[in-house]
Amino acid sequence: MAEVVCKATRESFGMALCEMAKTNKDIVVLDADLAAATKTSIFGNEYPDRFFDCGIAEANMIGVAAGLAAAGKTPVAASFAMFSTGRAYEQIRNSVAYPGLNVKIAGSHAGISTGEDGATHQCLEDIALMRTLPGMMVLNPADHYEMMEATKAALKHDGPVYIRLGRLAIDSFNDPGTYKFELGKGITLHEGNDVAVVASGLVVNEARKAVLALESEGISARLINIHTIKPIDREIITKAAKECGQIITVEEHNVIGGLADAVCEVTSSECPVKVTRIGVQDRFGYSGPAWELLEKFGLTETNIGNVIREVVKNK
Amino acid sequence: MADNAQLKLLAAKARLGAIIGTYHAKSGHPGGSLSAADVFTYLYFNEMNVNPENPADENRDRFVLSKGHCCPSLYAILALKGFFDWDELKVLRHVGAMLQGHPDMKKTPGVDMSTGSLGQGVSAACGMALAGKLDKKDYRVYTVLGDGECEEGEVWEAAMFAAHNKLDNIVFIVDQNGLQIDGTVEEVGGLEPLDKKFESFGFEVAKIDGHNFDEIASALAKARETKDKPFAILMKTVKGKGVSFMENQVGWHGKACNDEEFKLAVKELEDEIARLEAEV
Repeated sequence: MAEVVCKATRESFGMALCEMAKTNKDIVVLDADLAAATKTSIFGNEYPDRFFDCGIAEANMIGVAAGLAAAGKTPVAASFAMFSTGRAYEQIRNSVAYPGLNVKIAGSHAGISTGEDGATHQCLEDIALMRTLPGMMVLNPADHYEMMEATKAALKHDGPVYIRLGRLAIDSFNDPGTYKFELGKGITLHEGNDVAVVASGLVVNEARKAVLALESEGISARLINIHTIKPIDREIITKAAKECGQIITVEEHNVIGGLADAVCEVTSSECPVKVTRIGVQDRFGYSGPAWELLEKFGLTETNIGNVIREVVKNK
Repeated sequence: MADNAQLKLLAAKARLGAIIGTYHAKSGHPGGSLSAADVFTYLYFNEMNVNPENPADENRDRFVLSKGHCCPSLYAILALKGFFDWDELKVLRHVGAMLQGHPDMKKTPGVDMSTGSLGQGVSAACGMALAGKLDKKDYRVYTVLGDGECEEGEVWEAAMFAAHNKLDNIVFIVDQNGLQIDGTVEEVGGLEPLDKKFESFGFEVAKIDGHNFDEIASALAKARETKDKPFAILMKTVKGKGVSFMENQVGWHGKACNDEEFKLAVKELEDEIARLEAEV
């Protein structure tokens, strides 16, 4: 096992932007007065000529990104997920997705783990919003190494991509020596046939800890990491449904419109099985320290383990 | 360079194209298409460096129709310029047509940005102007927006951005026909003083008659000479200009002619075209 790195994925994102910018001179980064928080400041400090702070004006920032892309640049537009995907949703739909322009949209401070800022800033709908746009790729990497590779892959892909970034520093679990990122391909982190746990983002490591702990109780759960929510890996999910018979989804997002729905869209047509949805149960969040909130909302190892145990018992 | 007589003739043909297109579509926006027809004509025939043989030339000047619903006369100008066949206008808005209800950069040669949702085109135009600066290219970006459109907050976000980044390679052209769907712009949104608004946002401003080619020419020349600041041309126009029964009528914002109206409009414009052809 490689060294564990404790880093927020927003920081990994900023680092990857810098790395790519060395060879790709067309990368231009835009932010909306949150560069220090989204970590596009890492890029801005290194490449000030290719960094533009658009001020607190997200709608215009997305439009500017569309224009840059129409003129051959590879723009990255970042803000908090609430604002980059929520405030500027229609600009993304009509000026980016409809013409299929090569714009990368980053949403940091996504999910309940945004913490103390509370409900107005804890975006639980970004994946749902971005997933419904034709041609939009949706990425939700789970740790430092995955975010680095996902960001690089997104920049190499010609077309609109949404990348979800977290605020909270989290432990890595992937091994950079063996880790391989492929757009649209899920990763099986643990084999098992009692139930398939399909997780995405920050909660993957929590699910991983739960699955590993349950081994000693004789529960053999399969764990699948879905870093690309759209296009989703239909094959890995269908196979899991067939071989495990039941699925548990885990996401730091409303259970409506996100990973759970994306998984059910596959199973309902390919192999209908019962799907238990762990996530934010169609409600808003509230202020509090990130880990306390994750615990309260049932997104940590303890609750995920309890749900797996329950589902397997009732199988 | 086209002289004024030629420009007037081309503009009359563009107006005819807008009437033909919306008639065959049984829908669309003739009013604003007619008010902006003269500036489209001047831009494409005397101002912009564009080549129908190579519509994607990376050094070309760019045009963004931020008030995308006024595309019928823009399409007519693009057809007259040679980007596609005039007969495409007869299937405007039809299933499978190259000419969509609002401009589509992926379907229509000569269209530089997909637009239609008001306020968004100006931001994209700023992005193109910024790309020009970054790439050290000397192309210019022109964007036409409606006066009603200036009620959108994004227009002012874009205006701030253009001035802050010293985009002197962009020209905002506001088609002040004074009418929007729910009434006059002053009744509905209350835009004036628009010149002072743009000036205070850091623009150099010219106020002109949008149907006078000499004034359009001198404003665009002044824009080219202006350094370190974006330029706004506020042009007073007549909505429905060129078709007598459409002029200054808010009802012609978004509906097409019926058979009888179509005959009347075509007769007026064809008579005008014949008169202008004799002059040229």
